[in-house]
Amino acid sequence: MEPKEIDWNQLTVIIEKYKDQNWSLIPLLQNVQETFGYIPPESIEPIADALKIYPSQVQGVITFYSGFSLKQKGRYVLKVCRGTACHVKGSRSILRYVKKELDLEEGETSEDYQFTLETVACLGACFLAPTMMVNRDYFGKLNPTKVSSVLGQYGKKKEDDG
Amino acid sequence: MEKNRLQLMLCGGSGCQANGSRVFQDALEKELKRTHLDQEIKIIETGCNGFCAVGPVMLVQPEGIFYQKLNAKDVPELVEEHFLKGRPVKRLQYVEPASEKTIPKMDDIPFFTHQEFRVMRNKGMIDPEIIDEYIARDGYFGAAKALTEMTPEQVISEIKKSGLRGRGGAGFPTGLKWEFASRSTNDTKYVLCNADEGDPGAFMDRSVLEADPHAVLEGMIIAARAINANKGYIYCRTEYPLALHRLDLAIKQARDYGLLGENILKSGFNFDIEIYQGAGAFVCGEETALMRSIEGKRGMPRPRPPFPANQGLWEKPTVLNNVETLANIAQIILNGGEWYASIGTETSKGTKVFALTGAVNNIGLVEVPMGITLRQMIFDIGGGIPKKRKFKAVQLGGPSGGCIPTQCLDTPIDYEEIVKVGAIMGSGGVIVMDEKTCMVDMARFFLDFIQDESCGKCTPCREGTRRLLEIIEKICQGKGELKDIQTLEELSEVIKNSSLCGLGQTAPNPVLSTLRYFKDEYIAHIVEKRCPAKRCVALLKFKVNPDLCKKCGLCFKTCPADAITWQKKEVAVIDNEKCIKCMSCFEVCRFNAID
Ligand SMILES: Cc1cc2nc3c(=O)[nH]c(=O)nc-3n(C[C@H](O)[C@H](O)[C@H](O)COP(=O)(O)O)c2cc1C
Ligand code: SF4
Ligand code: SF4
Ligand code: FES
Ligand code: FES
Repeated sequence: MEPKEIDWNQLTVIIEKYKDQNWSLIPLLQNVQETFGYIPPESIEPIADALKIYPSQVQGVITFYSGFSLKQKGRYVLKVCRGTACHVKGSRSILRYVKKELDLEEGETSEDYQFTLETVACLGACFLAPTMMVNRDYFGKLNPTKVSSVLGQYGKKKEDDG
Repeated sequence: MEKNRLQLMLCGGSGCQANGSRVFQDALEKELKRTHLDQEIKIIETGCNGFCAVGPVMLVQPEGIFYQKLNAKDVPELVEEHFLKGRPVKRLQYVEPASEKTIPKMDDIPFFTHQEFRVMRNKGMIDPEIIDEYIARDGYFGAAKALTEMTPEQVISEIKKSGLRGRGGAGFPTGLKWEFASRSTNDTKYVLCNADEGDPGAFMDRSVLEADPHAVLEGMIIAARAINANKGYIYCRTEYPLALHRLDLAIKQARDYGLLGENILKSGFNFDIEIYQGAGAFVCGEETALMRSIEGKRGMPRPRPPFPANQGLWEKPTVLNNVETLANIAQIILNGGEWYASIGTETSKGTKVFALTGAVNNIGLVEVPMGITLRQMIFDIGGGIPKKRKFKAVQLGGPSGGCIPTQCLDTPIDYEEIVKVGAIMGSGGVIVMDEKTCMVDMARFFLDFIQDESCGKCTPCREGTRRLLEIIEKICQGKGELKDIQTLEELSEVIKNSSLCGLGQTAPNPVLSTLRYFKDEYIAHIVEKRCPAKRCVALLKFKVNPDLCKKCGLCFKTCPADAITWQKKEVAVIDNEKCIKCMSCFEVCRFNAID
């Protein structure tokens, strides 16, 4: 999978929707992030123009919040929990293992845009610790063997789709 | 609701959903239809029941029978035996680990008997997506009373009488906060609800929002009346999709019923609520940062004064309260401040909700009267430590908190008493740690967290915590020196005294509290180059000790890298070339034979 072409019309629609509302920068960015999977750097200028603020302000807000990303993410986003409950149940080894298996560091995306590796403060599923999330699915009580099988599940899909 | 012979209160909280409650529910619905029981037996999908550890869970009413660890495969037997023939299925009931006795009724399970449900009084009892069910349990009666029978002064006085303190961490008296804001003269005021819940290992607010969203709305309406605000915002984490969905639904239903909007209950009072989604920054839970974030800016804290009660959101007088604080309000108005204050200690009244996690048997959400001891919470309600391991410490208060050791287990749950032993009440995350937790590693963990989340505005917070982390990492690597301990202590004091917001001021707490109670572990790392709990990878040898190895082969079966050779009646051997240091063998070996 190659990075998607950005549909500029879609961006214009989103900007129009929020343009005249108060305090709309963050909701607007959330909408862009949701639509494209990231915030295309090229969209910063038009957003700033529409809201009558400086591009540096938009940039500043994007980099401040971890929910926003200026880089395109992989098809499967893995979020390994690094919360306290998971930590005491060995999440550090889980993270190390996932990094090794995917050959990715935190925040990186694989070259084929299949996987992005992230960590998260707590998934609120502490009773399943240690946990991780792949897109919207939770996986709990992890150990290296289970991680391998979860990754296998998604790796397989990759082959199936060709 | 009354017409049904049985009501099946099936938990649909995030925890049970992660454990497969949806699949179970589908199967159950089909089977009830097939057996024509669907007219007399009704499934009600509730919010989190609290006992997430044994999910998916279901309570059968009015019998009070409690089922746990449900699976779609159990459906035919359950319907046939219990719902048709009236014989509850024993094998799906709770078994008390110590006595191995089966306990059929929810009210008899120790996890529930020691609790006191006020904030969570509706959990598992109503469908949170139907406003009538909330109303049927006295919902919005408190708001009605506050709006039509009481003056704002009376409302504030009742909250002051209750002794309620903020449940978001700082413990500031709620009535007093409202009084300040009510005295500010301004046409525009705001009531905000803090549902940012950023502490790792804490999921109280999420469960309250999922199980009883109207209780939070009602609290906000009453707060708005008390300070005379017409607009409210709920600032909620994006990571909580179910809570967001239920809040959205609840707001719409409340508007339809005339409980939000113009002229609420014909009282002439106007108030409406909007949801604002956070964008993933821990520091935005801090009140001034949260307000900036709603304004669409970088969420950085600012110095106080001016206090939000005078100049908050958009420079207008603002009250910000935590989810749990707000969920208490309607009950206080309805039953009176004295009722609320009738339980608890001198300075800490009512109940507190905790998320009990880590090395404890009954992981889940608990609500306890203030004043019970940590020991009661961890051992009587929590059921003690699993795998026959020993209790080592309990961490309270998240990244700003501290670790409390065995000798302090009889400390009562009380804001001031907990501070005395070096932690804070915090928002309610309780992480129990057993002997396999390394306390130096815990300090490193929290510093790592703080490092990532510091907004970077104050140098002591940004640079000071980085320096602390460097020193602790050095110690974990076995490269520490004894004088590092003193440096840690001194630096911690500087950071505490010179940071702007609560994040920095409390950042050194995990270091200070582990140094206070577990200095010997620091010394073992520094002097003996040894990690007593066997957690710090750099200090481990990854070798099997032949004297302790019982030749069971568990490690061999677990190793994902084929690094262990073992044969029946032989000591296991680790091939360090192949070993990827995943630590799985340490976790499974019951004889502590791996070094
Ligand atoms: C770094 C930091 C993070 C915080 N995070 C939260 C949070 O996630 N939820 C919360 O209710 N309060 C949080 N607080 C406390 C709030 O600043 C504020 O005191 C609280 O929301 C007030 O409500 P209360 O009086 O009802 O507790 C945080 C404070 C700090 C310093
Ligand atoms: S698990 Fe422990 S006791 Fe069992 S073979 Fe491995 S090292 Fe020996
Ligand atoms: S640490 Fe992991 S890889 Fe190394 S021997 Fe133990 S189980 Fe195998
Ligand atoms: S700490 Fe990992 S899910 Fe909460
Ligand atoms: S989510 Fe079901 S009991 Fe907590």
